[in-house]
Amino acid sequence: MSFEPNLVGFLCNWCSYTGADLAGTARVKYPPNLKVIRVMCSGRVDPNFILDALARGADGVLVCGCHPGDCHYVEGNYKCQRRLPITRMLVSEMGIDPRRVRLEWVSASEGVRFGQVVSEFTEEIRSMGPLTLQEWAFDPAAADAQTEHQRGDHA
Amino acid sequence: MPKPKLGLYWAASCGGCEIAVLDTELKVLEIADFFDIVFWPCAMDFKYEDVRALADGEITLTLFNGAIRSSENYEMAKLMRAKSNVLCAFGSCAADGCIPGLANFTSLEAIERYVYDDSPSTVNPEHIRPQPVWDVPEGTLRLPQLWNTVRTLPQVVDVDYIIPGCPPQPDQIKTVVDAVVDILSNGKPLPPKGTVLGADPRACCEECPRKRDVKKIRAFVRPHEVVPDPEICLLEQGLICMGPATRGGCGAKCVKAGVPCRGCYGPPAGVHDQGAKMASAIGGVIDSTDPEEIERIIAGIPDLVGTFYRFSLPGSTLRRRQV
Repeated sequence: MSFEPNLVGFLCNWCSYTGADLAGTARVKYPPNLKVIRVMCSGRVDPNFILDALARGADGVLVCGCHPGDCHYVEGNYKCQRRLPITRMLVSEMGIDPRRVRLEWVSASEGVRFGQVVSEFTEEIRSMGPLTLQEWAFDPAAADAQTEHQRGDHA
Repeated sequence: MPKPKLGLYWAASCGGCEIAVLDTELKVLEIADFFDIVFWPCAMDFKYEDVRALADGEITLTLFNGAIRSSENYEMAKLMRAKSNVLCAFGSCAADGCIPGLANFTSLEAIERYVYDDSPSTVNPEHIRPQPVWDVPEGTLRLPQLWNTVRTLPQVVDVDYIIPGCPPQPDQIKTVVDAVVDILSNGKPLPPKGTVLGADPRACCEECPRKRDVKKIRAFVRPHEVVPDPEICLLEQGLICMGPATRGGCGAKCVKAGVPCRGCYGPPAGVHDQGAKMASAIGGVIDSTDPEEIERIIAGIPDLVGTFYRFSLPGSTLRRRQV
């Protein structure tokens, strides 16, 4: 079976989510891999959200906000614009390809562009393959077996 | 009435938490008087067999410090859990992984290669490595095995309470001991399971006496490069101070001494990932809207993961580096 990327998108309420709505009403075709979460502002996207998504099975995270200068809250998207590079650097230092975290500006009128962004991102992640985190979950059975082995005859 | 039983154990730790208990000064005599100390390898002569001989749940309270990074640590974590009525993760190593947890930034193989081959002071032409099992004429010798991934205590066993800090501050230990004595003597109800004891739910900044203004950072500096102003917020001076992403309760000792907070009390209440929260805080205060300049300013943060997760890598969202 071919790999279908599992993507999470954080879309700002005022521009990008409306842009995604427009993509729908305009019948723009794009892959169904993105699971959209509406946030009030891209400035609301805490790096915690992105790491949580990656740790819980997302292969990539897309954050979309208003173009610089267009933020409904004046400067929320500028905060996002600064947080995303730090998050990407953090993710990269943790051994995860930073291309899995992407920031795009999508306005309310850019339905077609939204479709393109999602298509591009889906294909990029598809070519990278799934994200599997090494030894993330603790395996008590393996640890128990090792403990027994260590105690050997004295167990 | 028999005295309540107290256990103290150290797993992968430096021993600083044990010193912190002794640093409670005269309180330690009160502890020894009120409790029957049944296990404390650092200070008193007990064997593991003594603990195994106890009934399940017989130890009233165990303060467990140290991370879990070997089969022995894990075995002792399970043993102390079984024998203790209340098990408390004591200190940053047990709670979040702390300094031993930075091993999660690399692999066991890489650590062994450095220690047994590559370090400048090592001469090991036969590339000898520690073996978990070794046969000698007298029988078979067995050693505990190191793990590739360091775990926190709550990741491997059920933990009742957490006392953070590297180490927990003696004043806070005294407060917790007083509360425990009060509970045991006067039948006061226990706090809800999972409560963080001996700390403030809010961030370290709440205890910091420095003046805070609008933060606008154009460049980061390292502590050895500047003499910080004694009055103003260190973050505003461009020093990476972990205060905004760190639990208070220490009394902001480091920042009062002119040293940026390193983050030893772990994330504050409601925050799971200290590093991500710090990335959020730093991202909010960089003074630029030019993508290239932002990249340049961020590149000035030395050792991003090592700084943001110095005390909490195994307990963080991603838990370890992908190697």
